[in-house]
Amino acid sequence: MVLDCKHVWEQISDYIDGTVPQELREVVETHLAHCRHCAAVLDSTRNILVLVADERTFELPVGYSERLHARLQVELEK
Amino acid sequence: MRSTLMFKQSSVAAIEAKPSSRDGELIARVLGGERQLFHELVQPYERSIYFAAYSVLENEHDAEDVAQETVLKALKNLGSFRGDAKFSTWLVSIAINEARARLRHARVLKFESVDADPQDEEREFVPAVLRDWREVPSEALERKEIRELLRSAVASLPEMYREVLILRDVQEFSIADTAVTLGVNEGVVKTRLLRARLMMQKILAPKLKTKHAGSLFGLFKGKASGSWF
Repeated sequence: MVLDCKHVWEQISDYIDGTVPQELREVVETHLAHCRHCAAVLDSTRNILVLVADERTFELPVGYSERLHARLQVELEK
Repeated sequence: MRSTLMFKQSSVAAIEAKPSSRDGELIARVLGGERQLFHELVQPYERSIYFAAYSVLENEHDAEDVAQETVLKALKNLGSFRGDAKFSTWLVSIAINEARARLRHARVLKFESVDADPQDEEREFVPAVLRDWREVPSEALERKEIRELLRSAVASLPEMYREVLILRDVQEFSIADTAVTLGVNEGVVKTRLLRARLMMQKILAPKLKTKHAGSLFGLFKGKASGSWF
């Protein structure tokens, strides 16, 4: 089986999650080994997701936890 | 060199279908009258609740309001928690529903459409096609400019993709938990996640590759063996 670039892109998310079935995974990897464009799409996507997942990207507002528990405490004391 | 590491295979954190023994025990004690323990029960999930609300509302103030409402609603309805799902999933579902209700109300007031365009799900998404990619290290996040670029890209996604991306890739929910939380099946989560991830790549890859190449290289040239891009 040979995949074109479009079909490789359709597998990229599952590939990143490691959920592509073994046989298809091997075909995808063969394509990636020979297609610098798809390899760059995979690498950039994976890199961006690592950056997005970093706690520095999405920080909680300062004092959020304190305000949440203060509000909860008011309710608990009713 | 292209990394062969799988992204977050190990991050499918809380997979078990039922509440953890910790949560189960705390829930029983809260329901038994030790109500102050509710603080301890919800504490590990504060971040998830907030960002679930934020994924819908895109507004810090509203997300915090909804997070507070979520915790109060969970306290009030704890007795109806049946324990056939994880407590965290139940909590985050409340947050998503509260946030959607708030958004719906705001949109009705503004006479905007409430529903996502169904054609979005059918549309084909094409990533930004690059010749190569040099990794942007996490140290780049020390730069406010880079953090804002990432946040703004997430905010620009249509709601149904933003929700999935934040639950799965920011909160590190499993596919199964994301599906339960959003009330859709796992196939829908996977389809939306693929599109969300490719949209992020399309928005961000060219910007990270070109706009910030010079400044990033200047900041981290000690770590790089040559030009980054």
